[in-house]
Amino acid sequence: MRASPADQTILDRRNLDWYIDKVVQVLVFVGGISAIIFIIGIFVFITREGIGFIFSSWDPIEFFTSPRWAPTSSHNPTYGALALILGTASVTGLAMIVAVPFSLGAAIYIGEFASGKTRESLKVLVELLAAIPSVVWGFIGLSILNPLIIQWFNVPIGLNVLNAGVILGLMAAPIMTTIAEDALKAVPDTYREAAEAMGAARWQVIFKVVLPAAKPGLLAAVLLGVGRGFGETMAVLMASGHSINIPTSIFDSVRALTATIAAELGETAHGSDHYQALFVLGIFLFLITFLINLTADLVVRGIRNR
Amino acid sequence: MFEATEINMRHRRTEVLFRLLFGMMTILLILPVALILGILIYKGAPVLSLDFLLSEPTNGMTAGGIFPALVGTIWLVAVALIASLPVGVAAALYLSEYAPNNWLTRAINLAIINLAGVPSIVHALFGVGAFVLFFKFGTSILAASLTLAIMTLPVVIVSTREAMQAVPQAFREACWNMGATRWQTIRRVVLPNSISGILTGVILEVSRTVGETAPIMFTGAAFFLPFLPQSVFDQTMAMSLHLFVISTQVPNVPEGLPYGVALVLIAMVLSMNAISIAFRMYLRNKKKW
Repeated sequence: MRASPADQTILDRRNLDWYIDKVVQVLVFVGGISAIIFIIGIFVFITREGIGFIFSSWDPIEFFTSPRWAPTSSHNPTYGALALILGTASVTGLAMIVAVPFSLGAAIYIGEFASGKTRESLKVLVELLAAIPSVVWGFIGLSILNPLIIQWFNVPIGLNVLNAGVILGLMAAPIMTTIAEDALKAVPDTYREAAEAMGAARWQVIFKVVLPAAKPGLLAAVLLGVGRGFGETMAVLMASGHSINIPTSIFDSVRALTATIAAELGETAHGSDHYQALFVLGIFLFLITFLINLTADLVVRGIRNR
Repeated sequence: MFEATEINMRHRRTEVLFRLLFGMMTILLILPVALILGILIYKGAPVLSLDFLLSEPTNGMTAGGIFPALVGTIWLVAVALIASLPVGVAAALYLSEYAPNNWLTRAINLAIINLAGVPSIVHALFGVGAFVLFFKFGTSILAASLTLAIMTLPVVIVSTREAMQAVPQAFREACWNMGATRWQTIRRVVLPNSISGILTGVILEVSRTVGETAPIMFTGAAFFLPFLPQSVFDQTMAMSLHLFVISTQVPNVPEGLPYGVALVLIAMVLSMNAISIAFRMYLRNKKKW
């Protein structure tokens, strides 16, 4: 039996609400994929500004092996980023040495030992620490830590790997603590109960059961901390001394990749080799942090799928 | 009767030891920051006054107040919020209400994580390449705010999505059973029940935006401007950049001045975070389901 045209009109649910629903669905979908659009947009636009240099005068061997970053030299400008890469790496490395043990320790204390009010207030405190802006951290390195380092270690300059590393460590620690604590919380309570039922003491439960089970999450926390260290700009610019050096001790001043862009971009002419070279540094930073974040994500996803 | 054996006692001692060790580590994480905040307040408080907040910097920024920077930061944050809020809420709606469990959703989540992880100076380069040059906004509040908006978008998306996912599925099903469309369900059920959670996310985003420096350095914030911005196409001063400038670029700044600026900046950020956290706790306590 076929429906008459009148019946079809009744069955047709495409009223105004139906159309509004469809329009919203499209708008929301566009919003949904905006993050993908933006991440691609960032790569496209920084590449667009730097690509000319990559194909004209960029020498990858010089870029990765020469410590001479002298783009403003009038007769022989060179674009070696080795010292900058090592500067970033040394500061981030020291920051991790400072921050990783304390972050993991604090996460274990907050997640496994503390309870009730103590736990809540500690979590709030850590969250507040993570909110302090990087320019304020840079200022702290510059005006509080700088004279302390000069005084304590009897060195001429207090703006060095040590200063920037400690500042960066203090910055990264709250974030790593939060993520590590989440990773510990994700370990099912049944694991703990099973171990306790076998007669294990609290510390045995933590070291033999909880930590191994949370290992990928903890690794991701450290990786995200490293990513943060690589990308940190203002604090490193202000606390590291900003002089081009291959660091041989923690009292050497260094210059970071991010800080180089921040300090020099304002002084370059649009489209010049120097300007484009700074965008190439940006592309390099983008790719490195992308890789670090991707790895952290894969590590976390690895446990979920298992 | 159960008696503590030698092995029980040993375990208990070890546990106390570890509790102390990890507790110490937690304290060592928090203590230096507390000390630093103490120093900031000690050195910055004498500079603060209503006059400091409401007057212009004078004498090559070595004296006077921070009014233009304060106003500029409010401009930047407001425009960034207007730009990022609709996009962020739409993205969260998609992820919470529409997204199927497929590769696209995984890609979106990965993109959000990466967007949050892109270095701030790379966001600045993007802002220069896209907004200042390609879209020809010039160095302006608009370009700086859009850069900030994209940078802080993950904060809005993540917290809004969490608030929406906390609305029980049964609420939605009840609404659908009444014949409501998806949008009607979202408008009448999901949004009203998650609006306060969204608000805490917004406050968090604002506090993040206030402190950012690198993304606005080359896109719209100026070292010094003797006048207040009149439209989004003007440049402006900003609190965060002002702190950077007077502590590194300007000679002969009296010692207290940058401490005062740092204190105002940190007070703005921390108070907003505290409000957001308190709000979240209040909501958790009064939750009906």
